[in-house]
Amino acid sequence: MVNIENVTVEFQTKEGSFKAVDNINLTIENGEVFGIVGTSGAGKSTLIRTINLLQKPTFGKIWIDGEDITEYTGHALRAVRHTIGMIFQHFNLIHTKTVFENIAFPMVIAGATKEAIAQRVPELLELVGLSDKMHVYPSKLSGGQKQRVGIARALANNPRILLCDEPTSALDLETTNAILDLLKDINKKLGITTILITHEMDVIKKICTKVAVMDKGVVVEMGNVYDIFSLPQHSFTQKLVAHTLNLELPPRILLDVKGSLIKVVYNGEKAEEPILSNAIRTFGVNINVLHGKIEYIDEKPLGVLLLNIDASSAQIEEIMGYLKERTASVEVFHG
Amino acid sequence: MDSFIELLPDLLKAFWETLQMVGISFFFSIVLGIPLGLFLFITDKGLFWENRFLNVLSGLLINVVRSTPYVILLVLLLPLTQMLIGTTIGPLAASFSLSVAAIAFYARLVQVSLCEVDKGVIEAATAYGATPFQIIKDVLLSEALPGLIRGLTVTGISLVGYSAMAGIVGGGGVGDLAIRFGYYRYETNVMVITVVILIVLVQIVQVAGDRIAIKTDKK
Repeated sequence: MVNIENVTVEFQTKEGSFKAVDNINLTIENGEVFGIVGTSGAGKSTLIRTINLLQKPTFGKIWIDGEDITEYTGHALRAVRHTIGMIFQHFNLIHTKTVFENIAFPMVIAGATKEAIAQRVPELLELVGLSDKMHVYPSKLSGGQKQRVGIARALANNPRILLCDEPTSALDLETTNAILDLLKDINKKLGITTILITHEMDVIKKICTKVAVMDKGVVVEMGNVYDIFSLPQHSFTQKLVAHTLNLELPPRILLDVKGSLIKVVYNGEKAEEPILSNAIRTFGVNINVLHGKIEYIDEKPLGVLLLNIDASSAQIEEIMGYLKERTASVEVFHG
Repeated sequence: MDSFIELLPDLLKAFWETLQMVGISFFFSIVLGIPLGLFLFITDKGLFWENRFLNVLSGLLINVVRSTPYVILLVLLLPLTQMLIGTTIGPLAASFSLSVAAIAFYARLVQVSLCEVDKGVIEAATAYGATPFQIIKDVLLSEALPGLIRGLTVTGISLVGYSAMAGIVGGGGVGDLAIRFGYYRYETNVMVITVVILIVLVQIVQVAGDRIAIKTDKK
């Protein structure tokens, strides 16, 4: 378990001090895939780097499995770091070492024997699907392959925690998905606590179970990924979520449409009920679906529909009331 | 042709002296220039032995040596040379001032190559709990190796040039031969021969350096 307790990180700039991370409290349970999302400059990178003390907090404490590591230095700090793996946006592999030597590096640091290394590295390469690249130099690998080496390297010492600093931001969409699948798979197989930062809600949606949303150094919202996606509370979160659950209608349709446009978000078990056909039967109106999307997050459906209802405003109020009782949210859509 | 055969013993002796001067100071530029450059780098801001005072001090020391024209440095170091080596004459004595110049020169080149090392890789090693020594050995020196070798090539070539100057105060060597015979005695052919020898020497160093640098460069 990782506890981030009242952590503040201040930087001194020419214009005075500036809080990159402002009094953040987070608890990350063992085995979780915990996402921290925010735009660039939100302080998420600074925050994740406090967990292994690459960045020492100005105030506050970092607890790992009940151990306060904040003041650790020298040997004690290095011993803790041996149990925390980390992967990076730009992979940060040693160019002058082969894939084998790169993966072996954390083990060499931790004082593993040659035999242990010779046994472990091929296992790790198999886990990340790069067995044939053992003696190749990083410059001969693609971005996705480099990140796979990064992941294998991070896992070399069987860490308790895996820190992922924008692991897919330098990769194309297809490679991103493959890397996320791999991370998810590793989390399931090894039960390793995974903390990931990203600026993309899509990444959170794909692999995280819990998410903290950061803006200007502060956590503005935190919860299960599914809840955050279906009912974002904070305006900043709503903006982020809207980006992935974005429904846009062509201007021609917006002009032509008669009656009201209503956006309905529904989730959980309700998503499986025939709410729309019930509404049509109950009120005797026509409901036309103009746009829609159903996402599966954490294996649970989350749907967004854009409905066009041509009826009197009183009736629309009534229908909206009916839908509100049965779905997560209903609002008038303005295009 | 006759003059060439006549010259041959002198030429071989001079060549051997040049090799001695260049070799000795080249050796010291590696042994002391790399630690000094490394020291400059790791005492810089944001690195693990950050120490502003020592950083500025060592930087200043290097600049003093580097901004002094070599001929003047050589003369300034004569008393110290006398003290340390017991003479100011001969290739060994000349090697002292040559080494001082080469160490300062190469230390800067080492620092520049280390600055080129990706900070992210250093951070990764730190995150995995590497000790400063492990970072120096497995990340800094390893990643900077091609640059370090290119720097050595440049240093070696500069040394060939400097060693010719060292001849002025009795260091001997090919440069000294060129001045004594070619310049003072107007024997142009001697001058030409020595220049050709120096060119060949520089070429050998350059080609060898480039080859090794390419071999170590995995980027």
